[in-house]
Amino acid sequence: MADRRLWQEEYDRSPRRRAVFETMSGIPLEPVYGPEGAELPGQFPYTRGPYASMYRSRLWTMRQFAGFGTAEDTNRRFKDLLASGGNGLSTAFDMPTLLGRDSDDPLAKGEVGRAGVAVDTLADMETLFAGIDLGRVTTSMTINSAAAVVMAMYVAVGDRSGVARRELGGTIQNDILKEYQAQKEYVFPPRPSVRLVTDLIRFASAELPRWHPVSVSGYHIREAGSTAAQELAFTLANGFAYVEAATAAGLGVDEFAPRLSFFFNAHIDFFEEIAKYRAARRIYARWMRDRYGATDPRSMQLRFHTQTAGVSLTAQQPEVNLARVAIEALAGVLGGTQSLHTDSYDEALALPTEKAARLALRTQQVIAEETGVVHVADPLGGSWFVEALTDELERRAEDVFSHLLDVGSGSMLEGVLACIEDGWFCSEIADAAYRFQSKLASGDWVQVGVNGYTDGDDGQPPILYIDPSVEARQLEKLAAVKRARDDDAVRRCLERLAREAADPAVNLMPCLIDAAKCYVTVGEAMHALESVFGTWFERSFV
Amino acid sequence: MTGDVPPRDREPPRDREPPRDREPVRDREPGGAGEEAPPLRVLLAKVGLDGHDRGLRVVARVLRDHGFEVVFAGLRQSPEAIAAAVAQEDVDVVGVSMHNGAHLTLAPAVIEALRRAGLETPVVLGGIVPDVDVPRLKEAGVAAVLGPGASNEEVVATVAAAARRAR
Repeated sequence: MADRRLWQEEYDRSPRRRAVFETMSGIPLEPVYGPEGAELPGQFPYTRGPYASMYRSRLWTMRQFAGFGTAEDTNRRFKDLLASGGNGLSTAFDMPTLLGRDSDDPLAKGEVGRAGVAVDTLADMETLFAGIDLGRVTTSMTINSAAAVVMAMYVAVGDRSGVARRELGGTIQNDILKEYQAQKEYVFPPRPSVRLVTDLIRFASAELPRWHPVSVSGYHIREAGSTAAQELAFTLANGFAYVEAATAAGLGVDEFAPRLSFFFNAHIDFFEEIAKYRAARRIYARWMRDRYGATDPRSMQLRFHTQTAGVSLTAQQPEVNLARVAIEALAGVLGGTQSLHTDSYDEALALPTEKAARLALRTQQVIAEETGVVHVADPLGGSWFVEALTDELERRAEDVFSHLLDVGSGSMLEGVLACIEDGWFCSEIADAAYRFQSKLASGDWVQVGVNGYTDGDDGQPPILYIDPSVEARQLEKLAAVKRARDDDAVRRCLERLAREAADPAVNLMPCLIDAAKCYVTVGEAMHALESVFGTWFERSFV
Repeated sequence: MTGDVPPRDREPPRDREPPRDREPVRDREPGGAGEEAPPLRVLLAKVGLDGHDRGLRVVARVLRDHGFEVVFAGLRQSPEAIAAAVAQEDVDVVGVSMHNGAHLTLAPAVIEALRRAGLETPVVLGGIVPDVDVPRLKEAGVAAVLGPGASNEEVVATVAAAARRAR
């Protein structure tokens, strides 16, 4: 039973945002509602939120993800953002960088700088963050397979510009497990990939106290077609797998767990989404305390980023997507998210235009400033419906955990790895995607503008085009860096990397940082690792 | 924990499940009374590095359920690998899927690779493709483009029509 006195103390200690906490009629509002003995935010098991005061202290971070073209282009965008009062940078890398391939790799053709910024060597990272004090901003980097290599470059940029490693703040996604299950940006087989994740967690624990080394992501699982219940279960299972991997590598759970974070989807089934976030917090708190022995409350508080569901957007009558995004974003806020990205209405057509991206941000601002939903923590707590859905989602997640523990003989890490290797996650997700498509086909699910209300599609709005010369410019830059660098040093770095990769006891981060400083390319470093780790091909099935 | 996994053979496995559930889509001569042609065969692939395979997997099941023989090449196929697979599998039509904005580069590259291999197999493109790009893709030889929200009927009819025109 929650202790109201403890909640009150924590609430009183927390800072207060400048705002009037009342309705439009002037009715004063309590920070949270509920009968004596009800769960409370900031109190174990945190179903109602990780903090006692929630949005009364601080709104969620409006973190819009962007990146395009060359490092120069994105650096200019970063500086604009900082000049207009932002202090959080969020970096999207292009597909070749995400997969550890250089811009001059044959498979990179057509994709350089297209869906994000191209990074081949430290020179690109130096350009990307030129004139920006890495000790004063926080940087979010969305990358997984090549996360350790790119993180090493970021640390190298900091070292060179005289910023102490302990001052570097930010997040790297570095969640490889969901790549095999959903997003499919894998390179190496799962086990050596988990070692890289663990190396980065260990390195961050020792040297980067302000860094969040993993963002455990359900977003992509959902986009690939899973249900909300599967997103919840698979994501938490992956999180527990990383906890087991890090503790197996010798870290105490409270040494790293306070800096683990999560990333969930906000889809269109409003109440189920809210129940999903509530269930996630409750499950996580219980497992971290009871199974993994966490004692620091911060190790038990699940904090998460949310993004609205790209897959719920339609190419038909695209303006209607503005309504979908608003509803989904509201679910994220009512569910107590710590940060939020709202999708742009044109994302089923192309990368967003500036206008579409601005409307997406404005949607969050309407929720924050006009609706009043931010005054009261967990406003749907106590709803019979939402509480029942929360319990049911928790029960379904526990069923999945039982299955995985069964397969893994008591180890969540082993269970998850085994179910990746035999394709279980992929087929569960593909089955769910197909069931949804069948509902659309039969008309059991009506999607406005797609299989109902289809008149009035006035054609497509203006869309964003990426300058095709980006690829050529990036290739020239890479060639120049390769001409100027010390080839012997590069060769020695790559030999050392392969040697250390073969010894699982060695943390690869120091070697990767040295390699970055010798202008070893992302592709060369990844290739050296691949020569030892091998390459992953998924079992194809339909 | 690791470091002991040997590099694998580079050729990804392919799925060759037989069609099920429904009568195969067969190619009949207009007005012909007799011989039934074999079911239409389709190769489905993602081109380039893009990992968004939800659509391709759904399309694979839809086509299979409508009697196609589906050869699922899956992720990260190069244009050359697709041409080689088309030659080897003797398919009637190729479905490629792209959500990476690289369709104006990669779709023509697939058609070019097929031509270099002496093949005229029709290519149907699916994914996030703006309307304004469709004429250029058609000019480059793409048989048809299926965008987000295409119904099962549209998918089946479009792929079957492209395959039949080629037969």
